[in-house]
Amino acid sequence: MAVEVRLPTLLRPSADGAASVSATGGTVGEVFVELVSAHPGLKGQLIDDSGSLHKFVNVYVNDDDIRYLDQLDTKVGDGDSISILPAVAGG
Amino acid sequence: MAGASRFAQPLLRLTIEQHQRILAHCYFGLPDEACGLLAGPVVAGEATGNVSEVYPAVNSDASSRTYTVDGRDYLRASRDADARGVDIIGVWHSHTHTDAYPSPTDVRQAVDPMWIYVIVSLRDEVPMLRAFRIRDGAVAECQVVLQAGHH
Repeated sequence: MAVEVRLPTLLRPSADGAASVSATGGTVGEVFVELVSAHPGLKGQLIDDSGSLHKFVNVYVNDDDIRYLDQLDTKVGDGDSISILPAVAGG
Repeated sequence: MAGASRFAQPLLRLTIEQHQRILAHCYFGLPDEACGLLAGPVVAGEATGNVSEVYPAVNSDASSRTYTVDGRDYLRASRDADARGVDIIGVWHSHTHTDAYPSPTDVRQAVDPMWIYVIVSLRDEVPMLRAFRIRDGAVAECQVVLQAGHH
């Protein structure tokens, strides 16, 4: 199933400068695997070494934060939009 | 270098209204730090420094010492920027009792080397707004220009 993935400026250099890319997969995790396969520079920026969502990244399926859904197992379908946003914090 | 500015590019160009909205949100946030995002055009991977919109956000830390931009506010800002054909190009936050200069935490947690980091100090009676680039742990100041009207 094709979904649109919106990338923040931080990740665009790893994706040939694209603001959004199309990818397929039944879950967010599957979409990310395909994304990293197409754009190896994204490896390590989305998923940490333990295979979990990177703690400095927030991911939304449409309006919903996947941390409050099924994390990387959150299901996606045709026409869904995944937004990747870096955590923005300081002191 | 002869003639070199002490400021890094780009110039951050805020309208007077944008400047006032940032300062007002910082005061409303007291005693906590306040934060928000900046949107503007990006050309060849670099922010031009023009600001299309400022987005006040909730500080989800609700702290006088740290801030985290609320994720939902960021999502909304990002979508509005998309609709305007621009991008999120920076973040602003207040320092309630210290200089308008990036703290070690700000430097360590800087998100994107392309972004402009605006810091508003409320320490003194008159607020101080300054802007910076933070790249590889190095801080460089960006000149701030206030303009009447709209970009």
